[in-house]
Amino acid sequence: MNRIQERLEELRKENKKALITYMTAGDPNIEQTEKLIYAKERGGADIIEIGIPFSDPVADGPVIQAAAQRALESGTNLAKVFQCIANVRKNTRIPIAFLVYYNSILGYGVERFIRQCEEVGVDGLIIPDLPLEEREEILPYIKSFNVCLIPLVAPTSKDRIKDIVQEGEGFVYCISSMGVTGVRKEFHENLEAFLKDVRSVTDIPIAVGFGMSSQEDIKRLLPYVDGVIVGSAIVKKIEESNGDEKVTEEFVRSLKAAY
Amino acid sequence: MKLDRKFGIFGGQYAPETLMNPLKELEKALIEALQDESFMEEYRYYLKQYVGRPNPLYYAKNLTQELGGAKIYLKREDLNHTGAHKINNVIGQILLAKRMGKTKVIAETGAGQHGVATATGAALFNMECTVFMGEEDIKRQKLNVFRMELLGAKVKSVDSGTKTLKDATNEALREWARTVEDTFYVVGSVVGPHPYPTMVREFQKIIGEEAKIQIKEQEGRLPDTIIACIGGGSNAMGIFYPFLEEKEVELIGVEAAGLGIETKKHAAAFAEGKIGVLHGMKTYLLQDDNGNILPAHSISAGLDYPGTGPEHAYLFDTGRAKYVSITDDEAVESLIRLSKTEGIIPALESAHAIAYAIKLAPKKSRDEIIIINLSGRGDKDVQSVANYLELRGGHHE
Repeated sequence: MNRIQERLEELRKENKKALITYMTAGDPNIEQTEKLIYAKERGGADIIEIGIPFSDPVADGPVIQAAAQRALESGTNLAKVFQCIANVRKNTRIPIAFLVYYNSILGYGVERFIRQCEEVGVDGLIIPDLPLEEREEILPYIKSFNVCLIPLVAPTSKDRIKDIVQEGEGFVYCISSMGVTGVRKEFHENLEAFLKDVRSVTDIPIAVGFGMSSQEDIKRLLPYVDGVIVGSAIVKKIEESNGDEKVTEEFVRSLKAAY
Repeated sequence: MKLDRKFGIFGGQYAPETLMNPLKELEKALIEALQDESFMEEYRYYLKQYVGRPNPLYYAKNLTQELGGAKIYLKREDLNHTGAHKINNVIGQILLAKRMGKTKVIAETGAGQHGVATATGAALFNMECTVFMGEEDIKRQKLNVFRMELLGAKVKSVDSGTKTLKDATNEALREWARTVEDTFYVVGSVVGPHPYPTMVREFQKIIGEEAKIQIKEQEGRLPDTIIACIGGGSNAMGIFYPFLEEKEVELIGVEAAGLGIETKKHAAAFAEGKIGVLHGMKTYLLQDDNGNILPAHSISAGLDYPGTGPEHAYLFDTGRAKYVSITDDEAVESLIRLSKTEGIIPALESAHAIAYAIKLAPKKSRDEIIIINLSGRGDKDVQSVANYLELRGGHHE
């Protein structure tokens, strides 16, 4: 078991649910990323999802795209992100997952990347462009290191859900709606039914993300899941406040109040 | 019929989960359509009556004599309706979209040729059309933007990243993920997640099939060499594919060397790229040590792409095709030369293939035969060429 699995297990025993919060590493700069992780933890985040900035983030909407661009412009690279996590691990055991496009892993070397994740203390990987069909390339490495491969399922996945969750670990990332990340007014029309479908085929925790921005969203969906992932809404706060820790902490706390 | 997801280690489906079932549905519909004689008949009908196929395989006598080596033939894709090979693929994909019951199409475009072709097909088959185009390319290709609008398409400006074809493709993929339930994404080259590279090749291989028949009619034999330019690589794949089995035919793809490979301002993924994943496929890409994609550069917007189609990557690795590169300077010079010797203004993209042929032909004997795929006409480029010549301060004679 690693920290993601442990935390979700603890929460389950206490009959509680997880708040998973996203941010892009290096936005506004890598030094601030470390401080923002602590701020989020103080605000009540249970798991921290960290986006590795990539030049071509096809699964992301405008807010996270812009964050990636700011991060790249501030000189963020993988070596710096790994160093940042290593620093964080001196101070906290909060579970950390990377949201990372596959080319960032390939460019670094698959085995080297996953080994380094384990070494610095990254607990999970969410790879938005590595679907079921292609993940065999990395499964052997996932198995040899203590890092979870967190699978993604979408409203269009239907008959694929069962196979997708099979090798999944940590939690299942359920995509709330069609399209890319970003705050939106409506989720997929059959969202609740979709979440129930996912629940029925797996024993590992499930979390819902994409477009979650408010207490209302969280309250509506919590009954169906073990955790809610908030991304763009937090990134927006970070952008507006230029990475202010207090603002971020308070926003996370306000989200946690919905639990 | 079964289609391979990969070409060796290349290709595949590195796409967001939201698109995976839609890609499977597309693959299934494609397989059915390719085996359905009435579908193929309709496709061929439009290629003949609307696009104007078969187009000629023209013996470029003047250029051949001037160079004093191998005989040069030009496959005249520039004579197609809309002025390039792009329309072949668009007709196929839009007929497939109709067959799948989709009412809207989207497309990405660099120079605007694929955008214009898609807008044309959408007008013909009465579909709503949105074309994604980088802000930089919109500035460079105003005329094509107007053409698309005239044809009833919406052109959406993309201002993320490098604001060119790569980013227009990202945005089209994002839009497709949002709207996949009623929208068909018409991809313009042999790129993207499976089945796109195969589908586009199937709808472009008509180029090589015709060329094969035509060269046998005119010369009684196969050519020695085929040369085509390559950005994503659809015109090259279209002419290469029917000749892959003919091992004695040399296949040469010409990438854009831009300002020169050594300047780093180029679009030659085989010259300097390494294997990676972008736009749903594994292939050769221009990228930095962290796997971030580097901006490509070429005077020709159609070759301004940081990768190549995965089947080309496979042909490169297996050695079946050879890949070379040509600079902006050489391409412009060749555009001017073909215009003056043959009265044909080629697209800047196609001028790269011509430039390489001009280097190669004199080294070959007079009984050898080279076919150049003249993938598009140069009307769209005259302004770029004029600007380029003005910038260099020189006049051409």
